[in-house]
Formats: sequence, C-alpha cells, structure tokens
Amino acid sequence: MGLESWLPEGALTTRVEEVVNWGRKNSLYPMPFGVACCAIEMMSTLTSRYDLARFGAEAIRFSPRQSDLMIVSGRISLKMMPVLAKIWEQMPEPKWCISMGACASCGGIFDTYALVQGVDRFIPVDVYVPGCPPRPESLIDAVLKIQELVEKEKLDAHVR
Amino acid sequence: MTPVDLQQRAIAHIQSRFSDAFRRTDAHQGQHWVEVERSAIVAVLRSLRDDLGFDVLMDLTCVDWLGKETPERYSMVYQLFSFEHRQYFRVKCWLPADDLEVDSASAIWKSAPWAEREVWDMFGVRFRGLDDHRRLLTPVDYTGHPLRKDYPLIGHGERSNFPHYVK
Repeated sequence: MGLESWLPEGALTTRVEEVVNWGRKNSLYPMPFGVACCAIEMMSTLTSRYDLARFGAEAIRFSPRQSDLMIVSGRISLKMMPVLAKIWEQMPEPKWCISMGACASCGGIFDTYALVQGVDRFIPVDVYVPGCPPRPESLIDAVLKIQELVEKEKLDAHVR
Repeated sequence: MTPVDLQQRAIAHIQSRFSDAFRRTDAHQGQHWVEVERSAIVAVLRSLRDDLGFDVLMDLTCVDWLGKETPERYSMVYQLFSFEHRQYFRVKCWLPADDLEVDSASAIWKSAPWAEREVWDMFGVRFRGLDDHRRLLTPVDYTGHPLRKDYPLIGHGERSNFPHYVK
C-alpha cells in the first residue's frame, strides 16, 4: 500500500496545505468591529446559547494583530472608516472579512451625509450577511462559509 | 423653595439686573425660560451661576427655525441646573443667520466646550473665546453643517466631496 506501509503505526500522510488550512479554519480568531446593534447579535452568537465555540471561532481578539477574521457589525460613519481601514491593514495575512448586516454591507436605511455606503468600497469583503440585524444563525452560517474559503486557501497566496 | 419660586426669582433677577438685555419670558409645561440679548448672554449665565446657584450647564444647543415666523432664524438654548435646589432653568437668545456668532460659555463652565464644538459642527455657530474650535462629530475636514434645516436629509449631501471617505 505505497508509502503508508513504510510508516510506523499511527502515522498518516497528507499535504502541508491541507493540514494548515484544517487548523486555520477550525481556529478562526475574529476581530469584532462591533459599532451598532449588529454587535449585540454578534455577542449573542458567542454566548452559550448559540455557541460559536462549536466552530472554533469563539476566541475574540481585540487586537487586530492576533486575529484573522474581521467581523464588521454595524454602521460605519465617515469618521470611523479610516479607523476600520487601518485596523484591517494591521491584521496579518491571511485574513477574511464578514460584512454583517445591511448597514455594513450597503449603508442600510442610512443614506445620509454621515454613513459609508458599504464597507466593501474600502476593504475586501468575503461574506455578506443580510438582515437588520441578522440572526445569530445567519452569522454562524457566514462563519461556515468563511471556513469553506479557508479550506481553499493556497499556502503561497500571500508570499510577496 | 418650590420650582416655580426659584424660577420666578431667577426671572425677576434677570429683569432687574439686566433690564437692557432682557427681552421676554414665558413658560411651557411649568418650565419657565427667559429670552435675552445675544450680547449679554455670558453675563446673564454667569450671574445665574454665581447669584442664583445654577451651577451646572446641563446642555447648550442651537435650534434652526427655518420656515417659522421668528425674529431670527437660529436661537441658542442654555439649559441650567442647580444642585442645591434641584431645579432647572432655561435661557435663550436669537442669532441672525448672517452673523452666526455668540460669546463662549467656556469661561463659566468647563463642560461648555464639548457642547459648543458640537453646535459649531452641526449648525456652524462660531463661539467667541472658545479655544478649541475643532469639529466634534464629523470628520475634521468636513465643510457642511448637517443639522441645519436646509441640509439634504437623504442622499450624498457633501459626502461626495470626500473621496477618501466615500468611494
């Protein structure tokens, strides 16, 4: 049976990429950019009732340098947008972004002087969550979608 | 001292001491207020604090009366509170639209600059004697005053003038 017959018992062969991605997708570290009511739903998602820990993404990191999943939950004002962009740039590669709720995705009902009409105009968004605010199940679904993306990540994609 | 007593005393005090600046007084829902000349507003406020014990500036804001029959388009409103008597009092003055400037209350209350910066940001009222005249809520390089009644409610407004915020 090929290489396996030469290995000691208990050893498996696989690709480095798959092992790394398997580890990454099951230990996402979210950076919570909670600025409005969506943040309350995000906190609810982390509680024991919805338990984001089942998907390995419960360890919220308030430092962008320790996180790899940005969750933009809430409306972003013109004044907040440079802050969000700076925090996004501080996150190390590879990184992913969830735009949670109508306001973060397109400005929502707030077509006013103060609001950015969708954070995807400034930072790359991987998954959009519809809703105002979305249910915790929707956010969990978004995290699962992110996990699918993480699975497909190429190891050398961020080598410059 | 009942609420009305203290308010009546404050009104009488302003009427006698600032007879030139006093304009009128009225009440709404048992809350009395006085309207004074813009030039005397700081003197009136200081006297209310020092002589009548209204030691807290609860709030300071501006009202845009666009489309209403008022003496001027804008008015300033000062909401005072006395810890000793647990009473509120309100002082108003009018601001003409072509000369939106009033003396700053920052020398009387240290809390005033926050509210004055917000009024400058939202209504474009300049405060004479305010050291820190930066905008409070909108980005520092913003140019409009969004709480004016003629500012567009919906749509880009001046958003499109700021490509680094709005792509």
